[in-house]
Amino acid sequence: MRIAISDDALALACGADAVAEAIAKAAPDAEIMRVSSWGMSWLEPLVEVDGIGYGPATVSDVAAILDGSSSLNIGKIADYPFIARQQRLTFARAGITQPLDLEDYQATGGWLGLAQAREIGPDAIIETVTGSGLRGRGGAGFPAGIKWKTVAGADGPQKYIVCNADEGDSGTFADRMLMEGDPYCLIEGMAIAGLAVGADKGFIYARSEYPHAIAKLNAAILVSAHIVAPFEIEVRVGAGAYVCGEETSLLESLEGKRGEVRAKPPLPALEGLFGMPTVVNNVLTLAAVPYILANGAKAYADYGMGRSRGTMPIQLAGNIKHGGLFETAFGITLGELVNDIGCGTESGRPVKAVQVGGPLGAYHPASDFHLPFDYEAFTAADGLIGHGGIVVFDESVDMLSQARFAMEFCAVESCGKCTPCRLGSVRGMEVLDRIKAGGRATADPIESLPQMHNAPKQGRSVDEELSLVTDLCETMKFGSLCALGGFTPYPVMSAIKHWPEDFGKAADMVKDKS
Amino acid sequence: MDKTARLDEIVAAHAGRDGPLLPILNDIQAEFGCVDEAAKRHLAAALNLSRAEVHGVVSFYHDFKSVPSKLPVLKLCRAEACQARGGEALAADIAAAAKEKCEIEAVYCLGLCSVGPNAMIGQDVHARLDVQKLTRLIESL
Ligand code: SF4
Ligand code: FES
Repeated sequence: MRIAISDDALALACGADAVAEAIAKAAPDAEIMRVSSWGMSWLEPLVEVDGIGYGPATVSDVAAILDGSSSLNIGKIADYPFIARQQRLTFARAGITQPLDLEDYQATGGWLGLAQAREIGPDAIIETVTGSGLRGRGGAGFPAGIKWKTVAGADGPQKYIVCNADEGDSGTFADRMLMEGDPYCLIEGMAIAGLAVGADKGFIYARSEYPHAIAKLNAAILVSAHIVAPFEIEVRVGAGAYVCGEETSLLESLEGKRGEVRAKPPLPALEGLFGMPTVVNNVLTLAAVPYILANGAKAYADYGMGRSRGTMPIQLAGNIKHGGLFETAFGITLGELVNDIGCGTESGRPVKAVQVGGPLGAYHPASDFHLPFDYEAFTAADGLIGHGGIVVFDESVDMLSQARFAMEFCAVESCGKCTPCRLGSVRGMEVLDRIKAGGRATADPIESLPQMHNAPKQGRSVDEELSLVTDLCETMKFGSLCALGGFTPYPVMSAIKHWPEDFGKAADMVKDKS
Repeated sequence: MDKTARLDEIVAAHAGRDGPLLPILNDIQAEFGCVDEAAKRHLAAALNLSRAEVHGVVSFYHDFKSVPSKLPVLKLCRAEACQARGGEALAADIAAAAKEKCEIEAVYCLGLCSVGPNAMIGQDVHARLDVQKLTRLIESL
């Protein structure tokens, strides 16, 4: 009997260790493997017995699972619709291999991309990556090949590959799953990037919130050092600052400084870490590279739509029945993701809002469900796909609270370098609080001072407060140096636009103003 | 071993690294539960930085505390995906029960967003929390 149970952090958090222990005790002869996670979160801990899945399993289910009588049986996992419908390129090994087992990695096509890269050399590597249409998966969607080319062409005594593993967007966990489940894939991708641009040193900057991923990476780097040599990789652990997911802030932090965002130019590609030419790519970008090298640019570019080529690991999270990781070609619609694949809300109540792209992404109502998952389509709809995280809310959510939270989050995490973000976020919270209180009846004591010539000398209606927030959001959007201050207006304004009733925008108030 | 000697050891362990301050601070925080004034001064001298430079870095990052917490720390995720699954109500309901037993800290996302509300204690993660489960967890601390 071959039994597989995931040792991914999510499975552990759901009690996988206890189940594995109980199985080991009940079936001492079985071969128990701890594999990566298939990414079907609602079924974790998922126990696989000779290909058949049982989940979510508890210790008391173990006996029935072992004799095959358990009602948790979902049939053959590989044929299960959630899995069968995916196009897994980056996550091809998810659920199948043991994360740190080099033989498993090799047997599933590991190191083929690196071998190919060594054979064809830097120019051809960059050509292949450019030809694949791979764009940075961190949010901005910048073509990876062009970035590499810039670094390859830059002069410097030392160049670096920096993997940004500090994407702390709520609703995203693909980075974590990849680092825990397939660490060699990331290592291989970084080594290929190193070959392409002439860098022999790489850093992975990982979030301190992901201790399991850090442990796996460190172990994997040790075991595979001889394979990627002379390329060397070091894991650096962050210290709980969200803004360090911004590439220049991350570089500052790597240098041992405050994680304050740098103005660009100079581009990190030319003057990055310690002033040297540096490739900064996200985990998923680098992890897509081995496939591209091993199978050719065309194999990858054949997936996708428009200028969004290849596949995107999409993460279904929040109040959703079937949450988890769903890798598929660009072009699938938001509605398909939420309703067909995610099966609607877990609470069973209607969907009210879907936040796409993390804390800086817009809230979309169900009327946006026709939107295809594609960088351009979401930009056109005043949103962003960011890191591919989708967070579903049911009708109980209050959008004013969500808008306020966006401002609060920006205030907590602001690096402090620019005013619209550092102060604007705090002012934004205050205005939203006043909107919640129904506007302000009396004049503000400070605004009433004679020096404050232009300030209103009476209270403000909800409508006036709303136009104040709108104005503030404009300032933040255009006056901030980086995405934290610049994109916080997305969740705020989308909430106001689509759910004005949550902001007390009653009809009589509107009339008042006219 | 006294604290200064231990600090020197930590610094020495990272010698030869480029930009060693953050890894050093992470180690100090892990070992002493805080990066206090004495540690900052010591580091400044050891790394040839000003005390202000070190303080600037320490105060920037949420993970570094100025005093160690007296109780075990429970990090409860307060980010959107956990909010959508009832995290805020849970945080409110548990506050009273937790008072004597642990310090509840907010974290923004543990990467387990499809099975929230989630929490982390040390390096252990816990998912699908409700009031009963979280109360049991807190009592076991
Ligand atoms: S927008 Fe905010 S986080 Fe970004 S540089 Fe300005 S202050 Fe820093
Ligand atoms: S939002 Fe709570 S774990 Fe991601």
